[in-house]
Amino acid sequence: MKHVIDIKDLSVEEIDSLIKVAKDIINHKEKYSHKCDGKKLATLFFEPSTRTRLSFESAMMELGGNVIGFSEASSSSVSKGETVADTIRVVGCYSDIIAMRHPKEGAPYVASMKSEVPIINAGDGGHNHPTQTLTDLLTIECEKGRLDNLTIGLCGDLKFGRTVHSLITAMSRYKNIKFVLISPDELKLPEYIKKDILEKNNIEYVETKSMDEYMKDLDILYMTRVQRERFFNEEDYVRLKDYYILNKAKLENAKKDLCILHPLPRVNEISTDVDDDPRACYFKQVRYGKYIRMALILKLLEVK
Amino acid sequence: MNIDSITNGYVIDHIKAGNAMKIYELLNLNKLDCQVAIITNAKSQKTGTKDIIKIDKDIDIDFETLGFLDHNITVNIVKDSKIIEKRKLDLPETIINVAKCNNPRCITSIEKYLDQIFVLTDKENEVYRCKYCEMSLKNKE
Repeated sequence: MKHVIDIKDLSVEEIDSLIKVAKDIINHKEKYSHKCDGKKLATLFFEPSTRTRLSFESAMMELGGNVIGFSEASSSSVSKGETVADTIRVVGCYSDIIAMRHPKEGAPYVASMKSEVPIINAGDGGHNHPTQTLTDLLTIECEKGRLDNLTIGLCGDLKFGRTVHSLITAMSRYKNIKFVLISPDELKLPEYIKKDILEKNNIEYVETKSMDEYMKDLDILYMTRVQRERFFNEEDYVRLKDYYILNKAKLENAKKDLCILHPLPRVNEISTDVDDDPRACYFKQVRYGKYIRMALILKLLEVK
Repeated sequence: MNIDSITNGYVIDHIKAGNAMKIYELLNLNKLDCQVAIITNAKSQKTGTKDIIKIDKDIDIDFETLGFLDHNITVNIVKDSKIIEKRKLDLPETIINVAKCNNPRCITSIEKYLDQIFVLTDKENEVYRCKYCEMSLKNKE
C-alpha cells in the first residue's frame, strides 16, 4: 500500500505514468466511469478548502465511486479532542482511500503511519500539497507538450508558498530547467530550498524583485497569492499582499506561447483583464487537477 | 585540583567548554547513585578549554544522544582502572525525544503523544530536520 504525502514519494517514472493515465482519461472519459464502482473516498478536511475537496470528490464520482467525509474540524470528533491517529483508524474502517487536509504540518504523515488505507495529503499547512504539484505538472505537460527545457518564473510569495516549493522540487528532476524567482526580499525562497534542491542539482536560477526584467524569457509564469493565514503579523500581510499585479500591459514583452499558471484562489495578483488572454491557463489548470486526482486514486487503489 | 581516578565506568572527554551540565542533565546522570565528577574549563591542547565528566559506574550510555550534542566528544571506557576503549562519536542518523520542534505549525505542537523525531539531512552542516514538518532544528546547543 502506498501513501502520497510529499511529491518526493513519487518517482519520475510514477509521475510520468500518472500523467499518461490522466491524458488517457481526458481523451476517453467513458472508459473510466465505472473503474471505482463500490469504492469510497473519505475527504477529511480539518481546515476548509472547498476547491481541493470538490476536486477530489468530483474525481472520485467521475470514476463511479462514492464520497464521505467532513469539510471542517468543528463538524468532526476532532472538536471533542480526538487525535489524528484515532480519526484515521476509525475512518479507515469506512473507506477505501482517504484525502486529508490539515492545518498542522506533518499531520498527513502521522495519519499514514497509522492508516490501513492509502492516504493522500491534500495540503498540510505551509508544508506539502502534492496533488497541486501533480496538477501543475499535468498542466505544463498538456499546455507546453514537455516537462524539460523550460524557463519557469515563480512570482509572489516564494517563502511560505508550498506549491512553489513542491513545484521546484518536482521540476528539478527534469532536464534543462531554469528558474526565475520573483519576490520581495521578505518573501524570498528559503535558503534550504536553494541549497538542497537548486544548487545540489545544478539548476540555474536568478532572483529578482522585478516582474518585468525576465518576462521575455519565460515559458511558464507561476503566480501565487500572498496568504493571510501564513502571517502572524497583519501589518506585514497588508504591506506585501499587492506587491505584484499581473495585467495585460505587463505581458506585452512576454512570449506568445507563455503559459500563466496560478494555484488559485487569486485575489489581486492577476488582473481580470488577463483572463481572456490565450496564455492564461489557470482555469484549465483546475480541470487538469481533477484528471490527475482521478489518475492518482486509480493508482493508489491499484485499479487497472 | 585532584579528582580520584575511576575503577569501572566512563570518562566523557573533550566536551565543549560550558556544555557539561547540559549533558549531565540529558543523560540523567543526576539519578545515579555513584560518584560523578564534572570538571569545567579544564585545559585542552586542542581547544584551549574543555569540560570533562567522570562516571564511576558501568551504566548504559546513550551514545546517539551524546553524538548529537557534540560529536567531537571522546568517551573513554574504563575497566579495572584501565582505559579499554576510546570511543569516537558520530552524528546519529535519527534522534528521538532529545530535541523539540519549535515550529508552531508542526503537528507535534498539538499532539503531545507523538515522539519528537529529527533526521540528519545534511551531515556536512549538521542539519537535522523534523520528521513531521521538515523544519530544521535550530540552536542545537
